[in-house]
Amino acid sequence: MLQTLFRRAMGGFPGGVHPSQQKLTEAAPIRECPVPPLLILPVKQHIGEVCAPLVDVGDRVLRGQKVAKSQGYVSVPVHASTSGTVVKLEEHPVPHPSGLGRLSIFIEPDGEDAWDESLTPMPDYREQEPSVVRERIRLGGIAGLGGAVFPSFIKLHDHRNPIDTVILNGVECEPYLTNDHRLMLERAEEMIRGMDVIMHVAGAKNGIIAIEDNKQDAAEAVRDALQRIDGTEGISVRVLPTRYPQGGEKQLVQALTGREVPSGKLPAQVGLLCHNVGTAKAIHDAVVLGRALTERVVTVSGDAVPNPTNMSVRLGTPMPFLFARAGLEDLEGMRVIHGGPMMGECLPRTDVPVVKSTNGVLAMKSGGLYSEHAVEQPCIRCAKCVEVCPVGLVPNELAWHCRHDQFDRGQEYDLFDCIECGCCSYVCPSHIPLVHYFRYAKGQVAKIEQERAFAEQSKARNEARDNRLAREQAERAAKRSRVKQQRSKTTDAKPAAIEADAPEQEKKGDSE
Amino acid sequence: MSIVAAILSLGGAALVAGLLLAIASRVFHVEGNPMADRIDQVLPQTQCGQCGYPGCRPYAEAVARGEADVNHCVPGGERAMLSIADLMGADPKPLEEEPSPPMLAFIREDECIGCTLCIKACPVDAIIGAPKQYHTVIEDHCTGCTLCVEPCPVDCIDMVLKPEVLEEWTWSPPQQHTVSEQPL
Amino acid sequence: MSTLISSPHIHGGDTIRANMVAVILALVPSSLVAIYMFGWLAVFLFVICIGGCMLTEMVCLRMMGRSTAPVGDGSAALTGLFLALVLPASVPWWMPLIGCVVAILLSKQVYGGIGYNPFNPALTARVVLLISFPLNMTTWIMPMHAGGVPQVDLYDFAQCWALFWHGPAALGQGLDAITMASPLGHVKTEWSQGIGVAEALQNYHYSYLHAFLGGEAGSLGETSALALLLGGGYLLARHIISWHIPTAYIATVALLALIFHQVNGEHFAPPMFHVLAGGLILCAFFMATDPVTSPVTPRGQLVFGVGCGVLTWSIRTFGGYPEGAMFSVLLMNSAVPLIDHYFRPRVYGKGLR
Repeated sequence: MLQTLFRRAMGGFPGGVHPSQQKLTEAAPIRECPVPPLLILPVKQHIGEVCAPLVDVGDRVLRGQKVAKSQGYVSVPVHASTSGTVVKLEEHPVPHPSGLGRLSIFIEPDGEDAWDESLTPMPDYREQEPSVVRERIRLGGIAGLGGAVFPSFIKLHDHRNPIDTVILNGVECEPYLTNDHRLMLERAEEMIRGMDVIMHVAGAKNGIIAIEDNKQDAAEAVRDALQRIDGTEGISVRVLPTRYPQGGEKQLVQALTGREVPSGKLPAQVGLLCHNVGTAKAIHDAVVLGRALTERVVTVSGDAVPNPTNMSVRLGTPMPFLFARAGLEDLEGMRVIHGGPMMGECLPRTDVPVVKSTNGVLAMKSGGLYSEHAVEQPCIRCAKCVEVCPVGLVPNELAWHCRHDQFDRGQEYDLFDCIECGCCSYVCPSHIPLVHYFRYAKGQVAKIEQERAFAEQSKARNEARDNRLAREQAERAAKRSRVKQQRSKTTDAKPAAIEADAPEQEKKGDSE
Repeated sequence: MSIVAAILSLGGAALVAGLLLAIASRVFHVEGNPMADRIDQVLPQTQCGQCGYPGCRPYAEAVARGEADVNHCVPGGERAMLSIADLMGADPKPLEEEPSPPMLAFIREDECIGCTLCIKACPVDAIIGAPKQYHTVIEDHCTGCTLCVEPCPVDCIDMVLKPEVLEEWTWSPPQQHTVSEQPL
Repeated sequence: MSTLISSPHIHGGDTIRANMVAVILALVPSSLVAIYMFGWLAVFLFVICIGGCMLTEMVCLRMMGRSTAPVGDGSAALTGLFLALVLPASVPWWMPLIGCVVAILLSKQVYGGIGYNPFNPALTARVVLLISFPLNMTTWIMPMHAGGVPQVDLYDFAQCWALFWHGPAALGQGLDAITMASPLGHVKTEWSQGIGVAEALQNYHYSYLHAFLGGEAGSLGETSALALLLGGGYLLARHIISWHIPTAYIATVALLALIFHQVNGEHFAPPMFHVLAGGLILCAFFMATDPVTSPVTPRGQLVFGVGCGVLTWSIRTFGGYPEGAMFSVLLMNSAVPLIDHYFRPRVYGKGLR
């Protein structure tokens, strides 16, 4: 209670850790990554429903041309990231811990990099209807570039909850990653204009740009840019003390405003809207310049990379090509992490493309990852995981239930409120892979649910079939008795015994 | 004398408690979900007949009557077995067979003669086709029960592994290391 | 690329052993004071308890066919150190050995080893010894530098050696001739003879300063509150323990003592006496905070501390034993699963609209 009041007064969120920063690339300006000889575009790069390809092998496409269209509400289209020819449409591995693949569009660039002009620039977005601008953001293929890739246009509008404040997330609390840091330093103006677009669509008057105090130069650059741009009086910069996982949407909301987003809801529920700084820049490009999302800033780092750097990379660029630009030619024997070391996925396949969620890729020397060789020891109940959990879970108890497949108990212990930030595993002296247990349990719960639904469906189909068969049989029996009646009227002489045999035979034939 | 008082008071208390129980059972009566229904609900509804009964429902009824053991449902795996054992208050038993990974029926269409026998055999109407036309399996509805394989006169139905889909992938549990591997 | 590994891919570097070593370090001041006060007897006890516990653990693991690597994690050594610190200096050699076996075998390994024991091993051993050998376990040899003239020169190796192996008879004395009651025991006995607290303390020559710095009779680690507070402060600073349990525990005892002392000062001892006496500070900072046997949630830890405090004060005041800190910690240990279940932290965003 007192702690809650204290936090409200002081800002901040409970728990959290201070991992070693390892921001090797914070001084590395964003370089332009050349267009690779082959681009691989998976038809789904966001959270939500999969897209359907619009192009076929042999088609010529332009940069920014829609090549796969949405098939549901929670979806954004995919665009060609340069001009060229579609050479292949087939399944290809995507950045995912499973190493599984997804239908992808392979484009061979023609070197012209010619833009598709179907999205007209909208520099006068302030005069446009918010719904028009919002549709443009959807058509621009924009999904949250902080890594969660939730379609941005969905968050922009909630008719039940008016938005009072837009929060721009420049926290970047993951170690190693500096793509947002550099973006704020080098593209501050575009980013702020993008934020203005967001505020216009959401009808918000206030804006907060949240930056951690390990990026003072970025905060300075953003403040300068705000000075230069008119009409940004409602926007302020807030510098927060560095702590992981402050960049988590819910944690950031809590740290800035003291408000909590209700469990299972979006920040709009409490009048807030949160977007990553990169997303704001992409929204600026899509609305003001009429350029769909075809590239993003990626941090290429890790202890195996000779020249760690930040690059502006075309979506679909294969990882080996990217690493080669940073001086790492051979990925053999490396551990490649997609994202940061706290929440990123270790990729079993490295021939995957850069997608919208790729905020960074790290190549680590094999054996250098804690998660590879950690040996689980018994929990000594030291309570450190409880102390650092920003959500207020009891991770040790929760992991116990998950480990023993007690998923009902796991849900009683709020399994699905876990944000998988990794703080618990990070501090555990017994090296228990707590997050892994939670992921396992979440998957199992979903699987059981799905199997249950499939069983329901199968049962319904089976019952429908049984009913149909019974009905057909009844109809046949009715027909026979009608025939029999007619026949018995005409030929009374026939022995009754033969009559009785007939349906029996028919039945046999039916069941064979 | 005191013994009479004791009998009377205890008997009276028992009577009152009994009455209360009777009233409570009336007031809080819940239309009981019969055991067979509840068992049926935890079965995978493949209608495969591997349990020796002609479908999931008959097996559920047999278990509920106490005629069948809890461990005959192979596709349901350990989880279904444990759930049934839990419902019946019986001891869990090991499954007779390891459940196979999820399978789908696949018809080699160029060999299909369009006899419709597999269509009749499919318990969930997951095969479509008309007489003298190729038949095909609706993958989303196939339970992998294998009942269609036997009736096919030209053996053109294969059981294939259900392809692993990204959307359905889930995390497997962490690998268990033993303490002896621990470096000191 | 075969095994599936999950984030996080980096770790803070904490280990079980680091935690155990930190607690052992925190006990260094108390151990030094113990050696200063009890001379060679303290040294003998440390050696036999730590050695005995590690040996028992190794034998147990061998017999179960498990790796003996966990012996090196420091938990058995820590249990041994704890056990030595809660024993009177005058116990004969075999008594701590029994304690070691009880602590490691009966209170830890039979439950599955480290992390699975519901009760604090050292305290369990201490209580088993207390109940089995009440006389030895409730009489204390007079420490050095305590103001009085010690009957045995504890810095004399030969005398201590004889006392340790052969008992007081080797020195030609009875046990009661070389030992005395603790302040808590004294007050309790005097009250039973109708003598009030103030008078009892006076005829005991009790001094708060001695109780704080060390010098009153008691178990090895109980004598100096200052040394214990130093160690406790170190653990708090290192985030090995949190403030909840010690604060709640000591505050509860002090509060209860204060209220009742105000009501009847003749019967109920003053709060300061309660806080400094016996094993309260040792238990509050080191025993009740034993991670394995205490709650993991902050609110649960507060409840646990308050429970320990109420029980400690009650046992001391109304119970048959003069000291209740060990009993109350063990009793509250048994309530930990319940406390953890009912006093979970509030989950972010739960219970809102």
